[in-house]
Amino acid sequence: MLVFIIRRVLQSALALLVMSALIFVGVFAIGNPIDILINPQADQAEIARATAALGLDQPLWVQYWEFLRNAFTGDLGRSFSHNIPAVQLIFERMPATVELALCAMVIAILLGIPLGLVAGLKPDAWYSKTIMAGSILGFSLPTFWVGLMLIMIFSVFLGWLPSTGRGHTTLLLGVPVSFLNWDGLVHLMMPALNLALFKLSLLIRLTRAGTREAMLQDYVKFARAKGLPLRRIVGVHVLKNILIPIVTVIGLEFGSLIAFAIVTETIFAWPGMGKLLIDSINVLDRPVIVAYVLIIVCMFVIINLIVDLLYSLLDPRVRLAGARA
Amino acid sequence: MIARLMSALAMLIASACMMSAAAAAALSIGLGADVTSIDPHSNNAAPNNSIAEQIFNKLIENDARQQPQPGLAESWRAIDDLTWEFKLRRGVKFHDGSGFTAADVAFSIERPGILNAPGGFTIYTRSIVDKIIVDPYTIRLKTATPYPNMPTDMAGLIIVSSQAAKGAVSSDFDSGKAAIGTGPWKFVRYIKGDRIELIRNDNYWGRKPVWDRVTFRLITSDPSRIAALLAGDVQMIEIVPTADYAKLKTNKDITVFTTISNRMIHLHLDSNRDKSPFVTDKSGAPLEKNPFKDARVRHAISKAINRTAIVERVMEGLAIPAGQLMPEGFFGVSPNLKPEDFDPDGARKLLAEAGYPDGFGLTLHGPNNRYVNDDQIVQAVAQMLTRVGIITKVETLPFSVYVSRANKLDFSAALLGWGVTTGEATYPLRSLVATYNQAKGLGTWNWSRYSNPQADTLLEQALATVDTSKREKLLQQATELVINDYGIIPLHYQVNTWAARKNLVYTPRTDERTYAHEVRANP
Repeated sequence: MLVFIIRRVLQSALALLVMSALIFVGVFAIGNPIDILINPQADQAEIARATAALGLDQPLWVQYWEFLRNAFTGDLGRSFSHNIPAVQLIFERMPATVELALCAMVIAILLGIPLGLVAGLKPDAWYSKTIMAGSILGFSLPTFWVGLMLIMIFSVFLGWLPSTGRGHTTLLLGVPVSFLNWDGLVHLMMPALNLALFKLSLLIRLTRAGTREAMLQDYVKFARAKGLPLRRIVGVHVLKNILIPIVTVIGLEFGSLIAFAIVTETIFAWPGMGKLLIDSINVLDRPVIVAYVLIIVCMFVIINLIVDLLYSLLDPRVRLAGARA
Repeated sequence: MIARLMSALAMLIASACMMSAAAAAALSIGLGADVTSIDPHSNNAAPNNSIAEQIFNKLIENDARQQPQPGLAESWRAIDDLTWEFKLRRGVKFHDGSGFTAADVAFSIERPGILNAPGGFTIYTRSIVDKIIVDPYTIRLKTATPYPNMPTDMAGLIIVSSQAAKGAVSSDFDSGKAAIGTGPWKFVRYIKGDRIELIRNDNYWGRKPVWDRVTFRLITSDPSRIAALLAGDVQMIEIVPTADYAKLKTNKDITVFTTISNRMIHLHLDSNRDKSPFVTDKSGAPLEKNPFKDARVRHAISKAINRTAIVERVMEGLAIPAGQLMPEGFFGVSPNLKPEDFDPDGARKLLAEAGYPDGFGLTLHGPNNRYVNDDQIVQAVAQMLTRVGIITKVETLPFSVYVSRANKLDFSAALLGWGVTTGEATYPLRSLVATYNQAKGLGTWNWSRYSNPQADTLLEQALATVDTSKREKLLQQATELVINDYGIIPLHYQVNTWAARKNLVYTPRTDERTYAHEVRANP
């Protein structure tokens, strides 16, 4: 177990190093941040001053070396356009995104698994077909279009929900969250639903396929023969067996929800970090881009680790790779 | 006055039923671009300046047509060629109650130079070699050479409190600790990527806002901003997308405000090199000669472009054909220059005279996320050029990629937009068409590397002439020389747009600023 975790940490460190180098080269290849940041009124001397102030006059490898040296002390650089530390900027915006992603995930799980079970147990019923047709729509409609339609219907025509923004936040353990007050909650509903739609469809399909397969297995037949009620067969035996792929997907998809909620955040003007990333890429704010990606890599590593640990809880046959090593 | 406020209040409640009565004297505005800092000296970008200028003041303020008005300075004059004197307004208080004096001006002039940031504000302060505080309400600024643009520069530099902003870094402004100004609004809260909240400064020295508080919401997605307005979540928005303009105008709950912008969209033609990277013959092989060195070819391109069609079709009427560097009413505009008439036959004739009777091949480059409909403008221009025999391909790029390549002179023909934030002609002349000169700081954005020694001389004379009417003459002459030599091909001036609920009135501004204190309720 410990060996397993240590190896994971080493692999992650390597991944972080490679990612940071890639982004440095990538941003360098795109263009010069000063060209965009500088006010057009600046003349050549002022441009040179600003370039030096941001350290961009150094050769790329020197800039990268400086970055690595500072990174070891926990300093990932200062945002060019916001002029505050990039990490601080990202962590200021992270709670909004994490809250949105968590809500979306909860919606997807609470609706997706039961609906998938229903569709898997009674595949030919009309309601199962409706559920499956709905999931196809959830898959195929583009997020930005659904988001705009939600705004048009619930805000512009019906006037029930606010169109954009985050609304009031309350502090929970020092972190601002919006689901604890009514204004925040009504602001949260539409973007969370919009973000959940795709994952919801995914979970419905995954659960349905798993259920259909599991229902044909010998252990289900045996349980039936033993006279167990259907509720117990499905709720305990089937669910436990189909949960491994579902947990894997939930884990991976949760990471991507946080990292790439960009479209939903932009449409609903949600002040999360996805919007920050897009804005930063547009002005080549390299410290923010690098810090963002490094934080996301760390997040994926942690999520994967949790998923692996969950496996061994769900399925006693799974032993973590460390045992083999 | 009270009756007027009450009626505004009643209408607000009616129009935005979701709002509680207590919040009814509040205004909320949807902004179209991200505000990255409250620090007024950290990043010289228009969205940041627009907010900072409501919390703080400048010595000289611009009116809606960018004409200088007394701000924290009541009057200013050049007492000799090297000295400007500013008489400061008395009795002005900062939001923390401390008085405003010449020490705050001196501090604000120093701050951009010591701040470790991309900044871009030292352009307003670097000409100043010395500051002399004559008395608390008089300050003299010394320059090394005659410097007529001092009032223009002081209309760009924000004055902060020498006490509250002492040693402050940008995050101190974002938190509000140092965001102590003299402006019509006091800082309440700034949530990055989300909103800026301000409250009325009841001790403001100028015309007070009619609203108790204002919230600026950052809604950068165009359709979402429109939806927020239609849903009543915000009462006003800036930057109406051209595609929605016609529809909004017919909406009886909404008023649209428009005015000409200080932003001119134009083409740069690579006119100084012997070979140009994206000019080919008709089969696509590189051309030995650079046709743009010939003014007749540049003239032909100007004639081939149907500016009226671009304005009507691509811009849906939200633009005005351009014939020079700035729209009418700005300092240094020539009365003799008109937009070039569309004349494809004349263009073909000029091409033939220049030795290109069959035309040639060209790739036209442009950004695709910077100016209003920029990629469509480039496509339209390419088709017009192709019609007169210049077979034109189009390549559009995100601005971040585009601007770096253009600065490296990678292109043969490139589109650029130029907002004349200073409201006078030295700025576009100096940046866009003056001969590139690193030492003098001229031609910084002259992507054509166009060079006209005669115009350069006139410009340099103007830059050192303090007498206003003489300077205006010089600037007009320089502009005429450049435009008549087709050193730059103006296309159109943009139009700035705002849309608001019916009960609001906004005076549209050429400088794209959205000032909450200029929003009034309908009587």
